[in-house]
Amino acid sequence: MSILVNKNTRLICQGITGGNGKFHSEQCQAYGTNLVGGVTPGKGGSEVLGVPVFDTVDEAVKQAGADASMIFVPAPFAGDAIMEAADAGIKVIVCITEGIPALDMVKVKRALSGRDVHLVGPNCPGVITPEECKAGIMPGHIHKKGPVGVISRSGTLTYEAVDQLTKLGIGQTTCLGIGGDPIIGTTFIDALSLFKDDPETEGIIMIGEIGGSAEEEAAAYIQANIEVPVVSFIAGQTAPKGKRMGHAGAIIAGGKGTAAEKMAALEAAGVTVVKSPADLGKAMAERLS
Amino acid sequence: MNIHEYQAKEILKGYGVVVPRGIVVETVDQAHAAAVELGGGTVVVKAQIHAGGRGKGGGVKVVANPAEAKEAASQILGMQLVTHQTGPEGKKVLKVYVEEGCDIARELYLAMVIDRANGFVTIMASTEGGTEIEEVAARSPEKIFKKSIDPATGLMPYHTRSIAFALGLGGDASKNAQKLIAGLFNCFVECDASLAEINPLVITGDGGVIALDAKMNFDSSALYRHKDIAALRDESEENPLELEASKFDLNYISLDGEIGCMVNGAGLAMATMDIIKYYGSEPANFLDVGGGANAEQVENAFRLILSDEKVKAMLVNIFGGIMRCDTIAEGIIQAAKAIDLSVPLVVRLQGTNVDIGRKMLAESGLPIITAETMSDAAEKVVAAARA
Repeated sequence: MSILVNKNTRLICQGITGGNGKFHSEQCQAYGTNLVGGVTPGKGGSEVLGVPVFDTVDEAVKQAGADASMIFVPAPFAGDAIMEAADAGIKVIVCITEGIPALDMVKVKRALSGRDVHLVGPNCPGVITPEECKAGIMPGHIHKKGPVGVISRSGTLTYEAVDQLTKLGIGQTTCLGIGGDPIIGTTFIDALSLFKDDPETEGIIMIGEIGGSAEEEAAAYIQANIEVPVVSFIAGQTAPKGKRMGHAGAIIAGGKGTAAEKMAALEAAGVTVVKSPADLGKAMAERLS
Repeated sequence: MNIHEYQAKEILKGYGVVVPRGIVVETVDQAHAAAVELGGGTVVVKAQIHAGGRGKGGGVKVVANPAEAKEAASQILGMQLVTHQTGPEGKKVLKVYVEEGCDIARELYLAMVIDRANGFVTIMASTEGGTEIEEVAARSPEKIFKKSIDPATGLMPYHTRSIAFALGLGGDASKNAQKLIAGLFNCFVECDASLAEINPLVITGDGGVIALDAKMNFDSSALYRHKDIAALRDESEENPLELEASKFDLNYISLDGEIGCMVNGAGLAMATMDIIKYYGSEPANFLDVGGGANAEQVENAFRLILSDEKVKAMLVNIFGGIMRCDTIAEGIIQAAKAIDLSVPLVVRLQGTNVDIGRKMLAESGLPIITAETMSDAAEKVVAAARA
């Protein structure tokens, strides 16, 4: 099994006629994802990559049976695109777009709360269930089907962890990047609870970073709810206070959100916390054996 | 993006927030004239830099008359002001704000931020104004009163009412404070602020409520819809290397160590800094070249990193996802040929087209040390810096 996406997922791309949207839609298709269409307002009726383009997400749902969407719409319009997908009944919305104003996401997050929909991101690499469905910008070829779930706030660091696992012969159930922004849809806890209900996930790698308190909250959740081994790394152990490290959320503000606090909280919850990012795969192999 | 106190007060005034009258000046004579214009009595002369703790560092002086204002300005203008937020090198003061004094009965604290834990704009208020709020938070967190505002309703009267009660305000002071809180909230939301802090919020003897200081930060992702605020950016407040990097669309933060780093992706860039430390050295910078870097950007990144004299060795760590390793290799070769590569260079490539990329580096004839894994790369670059 897996979480969020699988071989039955019917994916569309919002922004499919743009440069990035088209390129990555093609990559997803090449990976074997069932891409059933795209949405670009004003370009409905045309065809791209052999799939139909619709004017609205509503049409894509009704005519192509779409149930998941990957969003590449530019930041000023991305909040609108997320809500359009949710209102059309899309169940899994993956927002790749970077730089959405935080207050737009405050509204979106509030509007989605209580609804039967998963928003992944924004500002994230997306979700992949190896050998079934890739809804995102991650390099498909480094993944392999297997027993480990991977959750991360960062993109390339997720690839690093996946690559280590695959090279050790350990595959993945599903890997998702939840995004580096302060306000995101699926949180660590949301993703952990999905993995908890997936009988095939036998171990979880959780990669956090400085800023906020999501890792501390996840630690409490793991202690109370997760029975499979969890291995973690926190990026930014050497980051100074008050400097924003690339991601809008990666900042140690008012002395809070340091790597040391997060690592201690996770260790106390029984998580294996590695100090070097190069040890993630090895540590998971040890916990699984 | 940060702005100065005097700019924040100008914006807040437009939202009905009461602020003292003040004039921003750049010379001592202007400071004298400003004090005269403000009535010739007590004024406060305040250094304008993008950092808190100015008073403790000697950047704020209360004076009795224009002659003293001139004297205070002469001490503050041009000084290298060091506070707990500037770092040990401090910041040079180029402007001072001359402001009329006010009758202070109580000093309170008021701030707004986006609380990432619940995803709402959250108002924080405390009776412990005038001091550093971090200290209050650490010592007595119960003295910070919080109200999160659901965007479905926006700010409601009960929000401001409960804050006024928590601050122990009644009568005119309560009414005025609630009006100020509402103004600040509207400003926060309409201007896409990421932080608004009034410390101290002053209650005067006759029940007036005044923002005596104002600090505002704005969401840089939203500046496209606030051209007027974007225009307030003061580049003299920014690190010159970081400013240069932002022009090339590179995400660069200057640090104190000796290993220059170029990485794709913010998380991997932080992890690279961490692994350098793990092997006993310190990173000279954080640099994320982003997901779509081309050869030209790689060259710009190289120039930037090598312009820092502290750099004794350089590490390139790229996990090619969509970005292909051969493109990066081409950029490295081009950069190494165009720039005088004065320090050892360790390159670790992984991911898409890694074999082609490594082959290109090997055949380039350049003195590049290659590495397979992150730990291998970190060990080699630390050793090279020590050699």
